[in-house]
Amino acid sequence: MVTVLFCDRCGEPVAQGMPAQGHAASDADVAGAGPSDAATSGAGPSGAVALGQAAHADCVAARLLEPPRFCPACRRRMKVQVLPAGWIATCVEHGDTRSM
Amino acid sequence: MPDILDTARDQVLERGTGLDEAAVLAVLRLPDDQLPAALQLAHDVRMRWCGPEVEVEGIVSLKTGGCPEDCHFCSQSGLFTSPVRAVWLDIPSLVEAARQTAATGASEFCIVAAVRGPDDRLMAQLREGVAAIRAAVDIQVAASVGMLTKAQVDDLVAMGVHRYNHNLETARSYFPQVVTTHSWEERWDTLRMVRDSGMEVCCGGILGLGESLEQRAEFAAQLAELDPHEVPLNFLNPRPGTPLGDRGVVEGRDALRAIAAFRLALPRTILRYAGGREITLGDLGTRDGLLGGVNAVIVGNYLTTLGRPASADLALLDELKMPVKALSAAL
Repeated sequence: MVTVLFCDRCGEPVAQGMPAQGHAASDADVAGAGPSDAATSGAGPSGAVALGQAAHADCVAARLLEPPRFCPACRRRMKVQVLPAGWIATCVEHGDTRSM
Repeated sequence: MPDILDTARDQVLERGTGLDEAAVLAVLRLPDDQLPAALQLAHDVRMRWCGPEVEVEGIVSLKTGGCPEDCHFCSQSGLFTSPVRAVWLDIPSLVEAARQTAATGASEFCIVAAVRGPDDRLMAQLREGVAAIRAAVDIQVAASVGMLTKAQVDDLVAMGVHRYNHNLETARSYFPQVVTTHSWEERWDTLRMVRDSGMEVCCGGILGLGESLEQRAEFAAQLAELDPHEVPLNFLNPRPGTPLGDRGVVEGRDALRAIAAFRLALPRTILRYAGGREITLGDLGTRDGLLGGVNAVIVGNYLTTLGRPASADLALLDELKMPVKALSAAL
């Protein structure tokens, strides 16, 4: 079965189990993420989805100097607060993720 | 050495008088093999008229996104299809950001909001935030909240904001290609009021918006006319969804030429590395700029993008034997 995750930079789908086309990188786990049809592959023990787990190669490079913008589980645009030493990304469905 | 560098050595290094527009353009047009000499001269000018210290600053966005203006480089405009969503920072988090900045040894902390100008809600948030920072953190507070009324300028002074940032962004002749929702002159009016209030003026811009070399020189001359306390120099970091999202970045040698040229136009100004330096210049270019006229840095992250770790910049300054300007010296 191919499960769809979403690139956390551009929001485009990335099919798990298929060759990556460009998007990935991992900063942190999405705390509070629950299992969903859209994101079960790649979910951690608690159902969390690693940010950047599904990302395209050029997006991976860009993400070194950018916070995530899209929830990889549901593709919602997240509210992102960049701070001098990190960032906090909030998905209305899957909760907060912090870089710190 | 070409004539222009001889002229600059006599005029800027020896007498402290900045280059005019035509001379700045000549520096911007120097061939690559003259770039090291230009950078060395700019460094000498900086050391002579500013000294070896580097002013370190952190910035944070108090109100992100949802801006009604159409600055074509900005991911925070609500008029573009940028992925940046509107978000407000709460006061405890603002104070914590100031604390993180102070921990790096920085003497400056700038609070920024993506707005045309502040409304009552933002002014109230700013008032509360500045008071909370001043009560808890040893750092000077600057602000950047767009175009101001005279009453708002007075309010900022009363809050204890010591420096106000309002970038002209680019040359007057090119500004209408970059922003259509307000004018260069409106920005100038705010800067004049800030200057008259006694607050320090921080005014710079972004290189690589599509301006010509002539317009880059024009911009340097217009900044010199304003004579700001600080000039933050940004390089375009093309943001997805903005009208300039597909532009390339400034070529590294052009960026370094611009740094040298702006220093030679502004011998006594704090010339600060701001956004875009990581993608434009990388680590080696960052070093070259610090040895070519730059005497201030923004450390850590920017408003919507990430920077190098503060520790990397501080280690570089230590290696270059450039002391961080102490807060006591700034007061």
